[in-house]
Amino acid sequence: MTAYLIRRIWQMIPTMIGVMLLVFFIFNVFGADPSVILAGKIPNKEKIAAIQAQLGLLDPWWMQLLIFAKQVVTFDFGRSWSTNEPVSALLMSRAPVTLTIMLQVWLLDALIAVSLASWVAYRRGSLTDRTIVTISTAAMSISLLLYVVVGQYVIGRVLGWFPVSGWAMNDLWTNLTRYAPLPVFLVLLVSVAPSLRLYRSFIVEEANQDYVRTARAKGAGEGRVMLVHVLRNAAVPIVTNLGLQLPGLLVGSFLIEKIFSIPGVGGEIVLAVSNNDFPIIKAITVYTAMVTMIANLLVDVLYKWLDPRVEFK
Amino acid sequence: MSQQASQSFWQAAGKRLWRDNLAKFCMAILAIYFVLALASKFGLVAADWNKGVGVSFANPNFMADEPNPFGKNSQMKPESVPMDDATRAVDPLASYEAQIEEAAKAYPAVEEKRAWSLPLGGDKWGRDVLAKAIKGGEVSITVGVLAALLAVTIGTILGAISGYFGRVIGDVLEWFYSIFTAMPYFLLVLAIAGAVGTKGIAAVIIVLGLTGWTSVYRLVRAEYIKQRGREYVQAADAIGASQSRMMFVHILPNVSHLILVQLSQLVIDFIKAEVVLSFLGFGVPLDSISWGVMINEVTVELVLGKWWQLATVAIVMSTFVVCFGLFTDVLRDAFDPKATRR
Repeated sequence: MTAYLIRRIWQMIPTMIGVMLLVFFIFNVFGADPSVILAGKIPNKEKIAAIQAQLGLLDPWWMQLLIFAKQVVTFDFGRSWSTNEPVSALLMSRAPVTLTIMLQVWLLDALIAVSLASWVAYRRGSLTDRTIVTISTAAMSISLLLYVVVGQYVIGRVLGWFPVSGWAMNDLWTNLTRYAPLPVFLVLLVSVAPSLRLYRSFIVEEANQDYVRTARAKGAGEGRVMLVHVLRNAAVPIVTNLGLQLPGLLVGSFLIEKIFSIPGVGGEIVLAVSNNDFPIIKAITVYTAMVTMIANLLVDVLYKWLDPRVEFK
Repeated sequence: MSQQASQSFWQAAGKRLWRDNLAKFCMAILAIYFVLALASKFGLVAADWNKGVGVSFANPNFMADEPNPFGKNSQMKPESVPMDDATRAVDPLASYEAQIEEAAKAYPAVEEKRAWSLPLGGDKWGRDVLAKAIKGGEVSITVGVLAALLAVTIGTILGAISGYFGRVIGDVLEWFYSIFTAMPYFLLVLAIAGAVGTKGIAAVIIVLGLTGWTSVYRLVRAEYIKQRGREYVQAADAIGASQSRMMFVHILPNVSHLILVQLSQLVIDFIKAEVVLSFLGFGVPLDSISWGVMINEVTVELVLGKWWQLATVAIVMSTFVVCFGLFTDVLRDAFDPKATRR
């Protein structure tokens, strides 16, 4: 087990280097010059050159790459190029906001999708099953943007149940009860359908196995068969899917944050990309890549716990 | 003994597809979309989508008599100020009036004929929503299809090389794959879109294609690893077929049905991604139109109570995506009849 963990963590290093190279390549080869943006409306050559020197853009490329590598190792990404705020402070203030929304989405999505999926999988082939699967197929086909635009208008404006947009700083309770419910609900409308269809196929697959018939034959009740026998085995792919969603929680939904003016990581990324604010993009990509790799490792370790037959190779 | 020629794989799959009424229905609808997209590409329909043919926010034809500030039953009366001596006395331009009138004659005023109502209504600039939906469809479908083709080509070639050769080449490509999957998909898209810049529809296609190949790669690689050891490949090797011939002439046709299903799925994903990209400002440029751009305009219109552009784009886009999604499902079943979806 320990040897396995060490090997897996060791394997993360080349991937991390690859991510760094990719980000560096994208922004240094294709990216526009941020100093032109920073120089303001009336740029002159001296001002641009001074900013370039200040940002270290005049250093040779290998020097810049080396500085980037040092930043990754020390977790200190310096200051934002456009606002001069320390990147770590910026992310520390944005991440909790995104998590306030996305953790709810993640938990509710899992809860609703798994329970609905087991219900329809249990009654597979029936009218309820087909209706729900058809509705999910249709729901999956509609763009998230449409749900959000219409939902915000109808619920926020016409019905007035929740504010159209907004966010209270440092007031978790107001956010949870006033500002978060509408975005969470709208994201759920979009995210439950694909999860439901996926989980349903996992559960149906398990429900057709021989051990289920055996369990029934020995007299286990339907509830026990479904919850203890089937769900326990279907949990393996479901947990994988939930684990794969973890890195997305950190980034949040770009659309939701933009439309509802939520000051989270997603909105920050959009802003940073349009300003060519390289330090912020570097920090966010490196952090999410780390979280992704750790989440993958976590999922694999959870496998062992859920299914003791799994051998670590 | 009568011998019946056995059906080829593609014939059998085609037959299964054709037997399915849902597939036929979806294909008919998709055919309409593609014909309209082609027609608009060659300027046969919706060529003047960018021209204001109606009044601002023209009503749809079926509710032409509804009051509209700029329309027929307008409740807005233009205020006319009669020029008498009292107003002339305070108007500093009064003494130049004759001069101004004279100068204005040099520019003949052509009164634009604008329709009070349009088939499905008009937008803020009086552009025909129906024409916009058709032209937007052309752009969205072009982006979806070309980006999917690009992604599938990249994914297939890399996956084939990685799965077929394995060893060091396989490891290097696996490393490359792990980089692209180590970031949430949309973060990668945004980063590349921001760096490449919004230089046009081609840029959007390249961005989506360069980021979306990973699922195809994974599938094709797994298939090639499986097929590599099969007897027909060994036989091809024994008669001296070259490596590239074995990869793309012998093995590729045996996995192409899987790639086709992936292609179909990617078209849907990319059309949806384009909508979001355009909304965030990294999509198609401002002087062109797509379904994403249309939805983007809708947010402001809704507040004014102009719902027809939203309804049009929602119905047009959702119909296309639903049909394409159902078609993909049926296609998957037709190629793999043993797989149970139910």
